[in-house]
Amino acid sequence: MMDEQTQTGGGGRGAPVIEPGYSFATITDKISAIVLTRPTSNGWLVGFGVFFLITMLLLYAMGYLFVRGIGIWGVNIPIGWGFAIVNFVWWIGIGHAGTLISAILLLLRQPWRNSINRFAEAMTLFAVACAGMFPLLHLGRPWLFYWLFPYPNTMNYWPQFRSPLVWDVFAVSTYFTISLVFWFIGLIPDLATLRDRSANRWAAIIYGILAVGWRGSARHWSRYETAYLLLAGLATPLVLSVHTVVSFDFAISIVPGWHTTIFPPYFVAGAIYSGFAMVLMLAIPIRKIYGLEDFITQRHLDNSAKVMLATGLIVAYGYAMEAFMGWYSGNTYDAYTLWNRLHGPYAHVYWSLLTCNIFLPQLLWIRKFRTNPGLLFMVSSIVLIGMWLERFVIVVVSLQRDFLTSSWGMYYPTRWDWMTFIGTLGFFLAAMFLFLRILPMISIFEMRTLLPQAEVKAE
Amino acid sequence: MKRTPIYGILAEFDSPTDLVDAARRTTNAGYKKIDAYSPFPIEELAEAIGFHNNGVPLVVLIGGLLGCVGGYLLQYWIAAISFPINIGGRPYNSWPAFIVVTFEMTILVAGLAAVFGMLALNGLPMPYHPVFNVPRFAFATRDRFFLIIFSSDAKYDPVETRHFLENLEPRSISEVPS
Repeated sequence: MMDEQTQTGGGGRGAPVIEPGYSFATITDKISAIVLTRPTSNGWLVGFGVFFLITMLLLYAMGYLFVRGIGIWGVNIPIGWGFAIVNFVWWIGIGHAGTLISAILLLLRQPWRNSINRFAEAMTLFAVACAGMFPLLHLGRPWLFYWLFPYPNTMNYWPQFRSPLVWDVFAVSTYFTISLVFWFIGLIPDLATLRDRSANRWAAIIYGILAVGWRGSARHWSRYETAYLLLAGLATPLVLSVHTVVSFDFAISIVPGWHTTIFPPYFVAGAIYSGFAMVLMLAIPIRKIYGLEDFITQRHLDNSAKVMLATGLIVAYGYAMEAFMGWYSGNTYDAYTLWNRLHGPYAHVYWSLLTCNIFLPQLLWIRKFRTNPGLLFMVSSIVLIGMWLERFVIVVVSLQRDFLTSSWGMYYPTRWDWMTFIGTLGFFLAAMFLFLRILPMISIFEMRTLLPQAEVKAE
Repeated sequence: MKRTPIYGILAEFDSPTDLVDAARRTTNAGYKKIDAYSPFPIEELAEAIGFHNNGVPLVVLIGGLLGCVGGYLLQYWIAAISFPINIGGRPYNSWPAFIVVTFEMTILVAGLAAVFGMLALNGLPMPYHPVFNVPRFAFATRDRFFLIIFSSDAKYDPVETRHFLENLEPRSISEVPS
């Protein structure tokens, strides 16, 4: 059964999910060598160094924020949610692709996911970490963030569970925790491989501690597989719920442009859209630099591009419905929100968003754009920019002009806004660089199961 | 104090098919206390060594129920008993607003139960285990497949058991010191 799926991959065509000619030993050696024996290249050092410095920029911006307060940002009434919430929604959306690949595609029995799930899950963790910073920094008194959690305190005070903002705290922290443990148990068997293959004693000890004494017993594997499958089953509704809850932050309010029932599905589709764009932007250089074209093949690029195209069309439907409802509802404020998007002071942002998210990605209908790594990389970066602009339009353009003309305003991000945003990009990429260097970026044991010789032949 | 110096006898195989076949023949020969080691999960293997009920689903179910009931009761107690506030005339126990957090707590506790339950049932973390004393066992996480018959098995006999394993045509046989 595995074999049949490996060949056909649920209807995909063209390239195989793993090039022929590999054995259990060569797969193990090839992936573990990247971590264990490959020398640290100058390119890695330079890349990590640059992104590390950008992370320091983030710490600088955060330090200044702690000293001066969020007045250093461009936020003010009426636009109290500026870059912080734009970036929060953007980052957490990016994380969604990792969980989609690791959990939903596992349940759908798509074995092509096996070579990209590990680094996509790492991407999820780092993206959610970046996302989580923003609402905390936006609190005003970030050091009191623990007030968000229900714990017995001397103030005799409790969180307000009827508020979507409190739901969000639970959704995002649950999402981070489950993503972390899912990633970790996926790593255990590979950490055991690194423990047994490491020539360096200290590396062997550290990998050995992390591998918790894994020895590959059949009893352990049986429980492991059950736990992994159940976790995937739990993570699937979880990932769909997280962006739904994020969209509730907007949809539960009465602000024109936010108060709409299409938000949850359209947020989830947008999340997966941007997440796959990020997966491709990471996978394309990684497979080239580390020579992993045999494991991350044309099939992976093609399939991911198709997921992007499909979710992009759902997002396009969301925009169309928003515009339609703006007209059809007959509500003056909704109609004005639509007009303001198309012709208001931020109209260039809205038109750029439509170009990046809807018009240009239609190039993915052409096969060449799905299989040529350079072109696909370009389309993915356009989608990521487009999705960021979408969040800008949702957050800023809706708040900019609501019911009363006397309370209209404009939002201009300051250099501290930009430094914080660019700083999280640096943090994300620096963390990815470290991950590539010290942990196996492709799940070794799941790759072994893709080989035809992994199948037990009936007597 | 008398102690069995040998923990078991370990046989090494080249392929999952050979291992499953050997495990079935060992079980059929009446050995009960055996185990098998492989570098990736093999669905048929657990059954071949006579392991049927892994217990993880029950742990996850209990975790999920605890998270669900606990999550709801937490909100109910806070919003209706400890700290009641009238928000727009809604009832104190405004349950539709509590569903989201109840759901998240269900997933959280069930997920943690899956991970820690699996590790606990497996007896992990366990940094030391006698099989690690066999140098060739390092290949169990790469490309080799191992079958062990523990010396605690009722049918175990140093000579007979070794002879039996030799008949399975393994690549190598090692005694595991305890």
